[in-house]
Formats: sequence, C-alpha cells, structure tokens
Amino acid sequence: MSIGARTLALTRARVGRPARVPGAAVLALAGLGVLAAAIVAAVAVGSVAVAPGDTLGILLRAIGLPVHRTWSPEAETIVLELRLPRVLSAVLVGGGLAVAGAAFQGLLRNPLADPYVLGTASGAALGAAVAVLIPVRAVFLDLGLLNVLAFGGALASVALVYRLGRGSGSLAPLTGLLLTGYAVGSLLAAGLAMTMFMSGSNLRQIFAFLLGGLEGSSWLQLGFAAPLIVGGSIAIVARARVLNGLLLGEEAAAHLGVDVRRERAILLALASLVTAAAVAVAGLVGFIGLVAPHLVRLVVGPDARRVLPLAAILGAILLVLADLGARLLGEIPVGVVTAVVGAPFFLALLRGTRSAYEL
Amino acid sequence: MSEPVAELSGVSVAYREHLVVRGVDLAIAPGERVALVGPNGAGKSTVLRVLAGLVVPRDGRVTLGGDPVASLGRAAIARRLAAVPGQASLPFATRVEEVVALGRLPHEDPFRGPGPADHAAVDLAIERVGIGSLRGRDVRELSLGERQLVLIALAVAQAAPLLVLDEPTVHLDLRHQVAVMELLADLNRREGVAVLAVLHDLALAAHFFPRLVVLDGGRVVADGPPARVLTREQVRATFGVDLAMLAGPAAIDEAGSELTAGTTGR
Repeated sequence: MSIGARTLALTRARVGRPARVPGAAVLALAGLGVLAAAIVAAVAVGSVAVAPGDTLGILLRAIGLPVHRTWSPEAETIVLELRLPRVLSAVLVGGGLAVAGAAFQGLLRNPLADPYVLGTASGAALGAAVAVLIPVRAVFLDLGLLNVLAFGGALASVALVYRLGRGSGSLAPLTGLLLTGYAVGSLLAAGLAMTMFMSGSNLRQIFAFLLGGLEGSSWLQLGFAAPLIVGGSIAIVARARVLNGLLLGEEAAAHLGVDVRRERAILLALASLVTAAAVAVAGLVGFIGLVAPHLVRLVVGPDARRVLPLAAILGAILLVLADLGARLLGEIPVGVVTAVVGAPFFLALLRGTRSAYEL
Repeated sequence: MSEPVAELSGVSVAYREHLVVRGVDLAIAPGERVALVGPNGAGKSTVLRVLAGLVVPRDGRVTLGGDPVASLGRAAIARRLAAVPGQASLPFATRVEEVVALGRLPHEDPFRGPGPADHAAVDLAIERVGIGSLRGRDVRELSLGERQLVLIALAVAQAAPLLVLDEPTVHLDLRHQVAVMELLADLNRREGVAVLAVLHDLALAAHFFPRLVVLDGGRVVADGPPARVLTREQVRATFGVDLAMLAGPAAIDEAGSELTAGTTGR
C-alpha cells in the first residue's frame, strides 16, 4: 500500500468514528469513574504506603461519610495534608489546561494551538524567574511570590499580545494575534534567558518552574487557583456554541448569530485566566492542553459542547497519572513525563492525519 | 403588497474615506429570486454584508423583515437571513451532518443545545439538498462542488426566509455550477425561500434568475428581468466586453473568465 493510500485510509478511519458515539454523558460518567480511581491510586501511592482501603476510608471520612477509623493519624495527615492537595491540584491544572487548550484551538482555528500560544507561558516564566531572583522572601497573602508573579506575568503578556495583535494592519485578526504572540513570546524569552543567566545558584528553581511540577501544592494555593480554574472553565463550557460557530471561520460565525469580536475577547480572557492560574500552581506543564482536546475529538467529533467537558476530564486523568509517574520515578518534573509520553503520541497522531491538518 | 424580506434604501457605505456603495435602493420580496451582478469591486459583496449587519452603512436604511438591522441582535439577524458561508478550511475533522447542524446555532437553546426540531431541520436540509450519500464523511475530503452543497444545506437548515450567497459557483465545474443553480431555483420555487446571489457568470444568472440587479461603481445601474437588463449596451457599459462573447452554449464557462479578464483591463 502506498504511503498516500495509507495516509488516506488512516484519515478515513479517523473520521469513520462510530456514527452514534455512546452519548457524551456516558463517556463523561465513565471518565469520572476512571478519574476517581486515579485519584485514590495517586493518593495511596508514595514513599509511605497507605493501603488503598485505608486511603478510600480517609477520603470518604473527609467528605463527611461515617466511616470507622482503622488507620493511624500519621496516615491521615499524609493523605489529607500532603497528597490530596497535590492530587487535586493535578486534577484542576490538567482539566483547566485541557479546556483552555481546546478553547485556544477553536478560537484560533488552529489544531496546533495550546494554552501557551499567546504568550502566557513566556510571561509566566519571566515572572517566575524574576521572583526567584528577588532576594526577599516576600509573601503576598501567604502565597509564594513565584506563584503571584507567574500568574501576573501570564496575564500581562496575553493582554499585551491582544492589544498589539488586534491592530496589526492588514493581517487577518487571527494571523495578527498568532504572529504577535510569537513576537512577544520571543522578546519575553530573551528576558527569561537573561534572568536565568544572572540567577546563579537559583537556576535550578527556575528550571523546576519551566518543567512543571506539583510538589509545592497546598490547600492554600488550591484555594486561590480553584475558583479561577473552575469558574473560568465553566464559563468557557457555557460558550461552547461560539467555538462551534467559529469552525467555519469568523465571518460564517457572525452569519450564524455569533457576536464574534465580543465573544472572541471574552473567550480569550477566560482561557488566559484559566491558563495563568494553572501555571501559577504547577509551572509550565506541556502537552496536556494540546493532546487532550485532540484525543477527545477523535472519539466524539468537533462539537465543543462535548469536547470541552470531556477534555477537562481526560486532562485531569492524564495529569494525575503523569504526576503519579513523576513521583514514582523519584520526583522528576511532571512536565518531563507529559512530554515524554505526549510527544511521541502526538507525532503518531500527526502522521496518521497528515493530509487532514491544513495549517 | 407584503413586506419585503430585505430592503436597502439610499444606502451608502464607505471603507475609510472610499465610497464603495452609493445610494443603493433594493427591495427583495418574499419568495423572490434575485441575482446581483457587476464587475469586481462594484460593491456586490458589500451590499450582502450590509444586509447581514456586518457592515454599518454611512447613510440609508437597512431592514430585514421590516425591522431595522441595526436594532436586531446577531442571532435575530441569523434567523431572518441565512448566508451560505464561503469555502473555508476546517481546523478539525468534521462530518457532513456536523457542518449542516451548525445552521441551527441561531435557533438552538443556548444551554440545552439542539432539540428534536433542530435534528429534524438538519435531516430535512440534507435530504432537500440531496447529500444524504455524503453523511459520515469528513467535509475536508469532499470535492469543492460537494462542499458547496454541504454549505448550502447548512444555510437551508438555518430556515431563514432569505438565502444569501456570494459567488456560489466560483471554482466549480460546469456540472456543479448548474446543479447549484437548479438547487437554488428549486428551493425558491418549492419552499418559497427568497434567494439573493452574487454571480459572476451572466449566462447562468440570466438562465436561472428572473430578476437581475446590475451594480457598477457602487450604484444600481439596471434592475429587471434578464432580457431587459442584459442589453448589448448595458453589458458593454458595465463590463467592457461584447455580448457576443456570451453567445453560444459551449461558451458559457469561458465567458466567465473572459469577463473577468475584460473587467480587470478596464
């Protein structure tokens, strides 16, 4: 079989998803079941083993169910104060990045877009690096300076890209945004490189942020990030029809009743907010926001009303498992795990559908 | 007489300081079939964009179903005017029926999504346009002619009293050009949908449309049945070519490209 024929066959196979996919609700329920199992497994596993039965008991008791206590208080502390916030952070960050990625892909009509495409990553990285360089251990509302500056840096860079990209002369608005994002990102990357060059012994800390990691998670951080990520994601899901309208382009969306300028601004702001909150907690975790939406589209098609919630569940599962893997491998950065697993997978996806992606 | 589905009166449009539409009056009655013709840059597409509320005119009044477009929200406009989208590359694999279903966006409950009426409208549109055999296929694999039919089905599913098309036959082979024209005529006759189409091919326009509106330099220079509008003098004045080029059944396809060449040379 020639390469061309094989590519075509794969493309057809890809689109030849079952005509009636098991309802999105069924898939979502199944996904939530897997997510719950992954959470329990991730909370149970660690340097101090806690039996899965005890883990489940601790979790159920924590949410108020009358479970008889058969475990030691130390086990309870480890599970509830150390592991649970970390695993829940993985749930939120993974789910949020997947929703933001799906939103950026739909808004920019570009399958290679991810949550970091409009400068959030470089802005957050520069913010984090600057925070590492500042010698005072300033604490803002009990949050680390790094989290705060990463969050602010991400939002500031998107705002800059949006302001500059909108008025970029004769270019189509989307091309203008993408190219502006690239230009601003390059500038910020130069700032980051300079900061890293000057950071001396703190370099490792900056690298840890760039590679992503959840070891610093706490209930407090979660308390700040959760409303932003959950609220922002719900607001994005509520606008799923806008993303559907944009499938055929901005003019077509306008003809289908979408107020494109307004909705694009709102969705960009929401997706950037979710991304900024996620990177402030976990650093730059790659690939989840790119791959999870594509995986979901393979099964249920491009309808954003199904893609967004399912991608959130899948992104959460993937990051919980990736973080578990990172811990089992001796606390390697979680971004290394997502990249090592995600990149080959994504390459396979691209090879199978090469003819289908028009960029 | 019943209210026009769309009406422009004294409409002028300027892009920056450049006037592209000058004092256009145009009313489309319910169930009418109108072709908008004229050289490149005559303002045809702008007229369509003004009707859909995508461009705000400098002067004049634009109404859809009797209400000023400026007073209607985007979704309300989309329920009164269905525009067949231009060919666009889809970013993700998308099935034929998924694209047609996009036509229901202005009707769907924003939170509950499509209901039984929406599914029925999509099925009906697919059947009506005759693309049932394409169900389940990725729209990006289809030929341009097939894609055009899918996009028309999308607009049919939108179920608006006015169907608007901007050069629906561009890039299509002769067979698909005729198929699209016959489909439009049939939708118009059987469903009573008013059709307003920008066309470049005068022969197709004259054959399939009972009313032609000729736009030149942003003004309506002729309006009426083809026989009265496409006189030798009118065609020479507007397009700068001789009507003889349009004669002869075999010349239809080439006349289109000749016309384009003649226009750019003006």
